[in-house]
Amino acid sequence: MTVFDLNSDSVRALNQHLHDASSDYLTVKNPAGRHCIACGVDSAVEVSIDGHVGYYCAGMNKKAQVTIAGNAGPGVAENIMSGTVRIRGNASQYAGASGRGGTLIIEGDASARCGISMKGVDIVVAGSVGHMSAFMAQKGSLVVCGDAGDFLGDSIYEACIYVRGKIGELGADCIEKEMTAAHLDSLAQLLTSTGVDANAKEFRRYGSARKLYNFNVDHADDY
Amino acid sequence: MSLRPSATFPQNVLDEIHRAADQGIYEIRGFGAKRRLPNFDDLVFLGASMSRYPLEGYREKCATDVVMGTRYAKKPIELKIPITIAGMSFGALGANAKEAIGRAATAMGTSTTTGDGGMTEAERQSSKALVYQVLPSRYGLNPDDLRRADALEVVVGQGAKPGGGGMLLGHKITQRVAEMRDLPRDIDQRSACRHPDWTGPDDLTIKIQELREITDWEIPIYIKIGATRVSYDVALAVKAGADVIVVDGMQGGTAATQDVFIEHVGIPTLPAVRMAVEALQELGMHRKVQLIVSGGIRSGADVAKALALGADAVSIGSAALVAMGCNRSVFVEDYEALGTAPGYCHHCHTGRCPVGITTQDPELEERLQPEQGARWLRNYLTTMVLELQTLARACGKSHVLNLEPEDLTALTIEAAAMAKVPLAGTDWIPGNNK
Ligand SMILES: Cc1cc2nc3c(=O)[nH]c(=O)nc-3n(C[C@H](O)[C@H](O)[C@H](O)COP(=O)(O)O)c2cc1C
Ligand code: SF4
Repeated sequence: MTVFDLNSDSVRALNQHLHDASSDYLTVKNPAGRHCIACGVDSAVEVSIDGHVGYYCAGMNKKAQVTIAGNAGPGVAENIMSGTVRIRGNASQYAGASGRGGTLIIEGDASARCGISMKGVDIVVAGSVGHMSAFMAQKGSLVVCGDAGDFLGDSIYEACIYVRGKIGELGADCIEKEMTAAHLDSLAQLLTSTGVDANAKEFRRYGSARKLYNFNVDHADDY
Repeated sequence: MSLRPSATFPQNVLDEIHRAADQGIYEIRGFGAKRRLPNFDDLVFLGASMSRYPLEGYREKCATDVVMGTRYAKKPIELKIPITIAGMSFGALGANAKEAIGRAATAMGTSTTTGDGGMTEAERQSSKALVYQVLPSRYGLNPDDLRRADALEVVVGQGAKPGGGGMLLGHKITQRVAEMRDLPRDIDQRSACRHPDWTGPDDLTIKIQELREITDWEIPIYIKIGATRVSYDVALAVKAGADVIVVDGMQGGTAATQDVFIEHVGIPTLPAVRMAVEALQELGMHRKVQLIVSGGIRSGADVAKALALGADAVSIGSAALVAMGCNRSVFVEDYEALGTAPGYCHHCHTGRCPVGITTQDPELEERLQPEQGARWLRNYLTTMVLELQTLARACGKSHVLNLEPEDLTALTIEAAAMAKVPLAGTDWIPGNNK
């Protein structure tokens, strides 16, 4: 097992090491809120980070399993492609922004704009999410076991949103949709595979009304 | 008796009001601003005579090579000519146009740029130096393409629409384009105007650090801005850690933007260059952070003037398309079907480009063969470079980057004020109170 102690090792050296993919397991000590930890990894390495991280931790992750035993700053797992990023604490803004695949698990709460512009990632939040979450979400699923702030799913495309708790005002073109058996099934699977303890039957589903898909003068108020 | 038109309501204004009344939506179109703007034509060079001597054409060398990204990148881009090809998305352009551009740029030793919609394999293969755009939409963005790019360009804004997002209308979305963007077919694709994971220069500084970490600090990072508050934006881009700053003036082309945006937002390229250069000089970063200028560059003369004002290179979009046949007088009936004519076309947004450039329709695309398109673009770039060298030699410069503001004079008061060079025949620079 390789250990990087960011009190003495640089983030640059850590990332270079990860890009050269020379370990199977790696531990990062004293992250102390530093930015860009473990970003751009492209191998099936397991990275565990002992503490809080700053911006863009695990950005553009491919294949790696990254666990953050602390809170994460803005843009954690932004543009994630594959692999898994798990945050034991809370996540700041833009968690999983424009993620294209893989899984992001937030065991605490997520702040505003969680899953903004998401393009295929599955995001499971055990707590609540802030306002404007899943803004312009294109693909993938956002699962919120707690509550969701205002303007959820604003200008959403084909992503699926599941919320167990209360929601604020829905965003433009976002509506509640029927929870079909297929949706229930995929939600239950997501909860099981991410180890988040919640009953799929207690969730409601939200998605696109598809009224903004092609300009229509009679929907101009929604623009 | 002659009919009297209204100056307030000329025919084009009447037509626009009628169109708005019919359709209930703003006009979306391609191409850049159509109104007259102060531009490089309002400046002329003071060729050498007795106080300075010129260089001999053909015999005395006038070098054109420039290097982009010398500030932080391990592998800066070496360009043989200071004219690069601007980012134009696959989706807006067809695959043949993209390939033609890649081939021509490579043959000329210059760079080309991806666009909103990601990188295509053909474009990567055909381009020796490829700048990969990181846009608000993040369509198709992925770390593999980041790592195989020769530079990254964080697009904050575009001259045609500073503060605006992108638009690709449903009828241009083929299965391939839709898949590259992770969106359904046939719907209007609205790209965001703000990046999803940063706001403001402090965040951007960290974002750039992330992009550098992902690419192991090897390749240059550009920041592209639409020209508005250029002095502040350039200073902030330097602070955010840019290797290269691209400033796109309001003439800059687009594939599809609201007409009201194209014509009414941003400042012309002429003052933008001078403001950007001054901002860099104030920070002691002129020539250390390279400046690329775009928006309405059409000829070697435009290039020479931009360089003389202090740019390190220029970038062309519309002019490259024109070289490949945009607005050429062929297939006239197809222009007519769009309600336009050669010379007037701005219909890139329709996807029905009569000359096969801004289309995804296989039949139309056939009209632009990559080989022919590349030939035209090479010829055009070669001509521009020859013109540029002609002017530089006339001013006695052995390298085009030695051109300087002192080589220029202005023909109009407004150009004198904007470029801060004296009005011809005077030593007057409006606004200079010294
Ligand atoms: C067809 C077309 C598509 C464009 N697509 C993009 C794009 O995807 N991203 C971008 O930053 N700029 C885009 N632009 C703007 C160009 O990068 C560039 O800023 C502009 O064309 C420069 O001005 P010029 O057209 O007068 O040369 C596009 C321009 C055109 C004409
Ligand atoms: S000819 Fe083609 S590229 Fe040129 S303005 Fe018309 S549609 Fe656009």
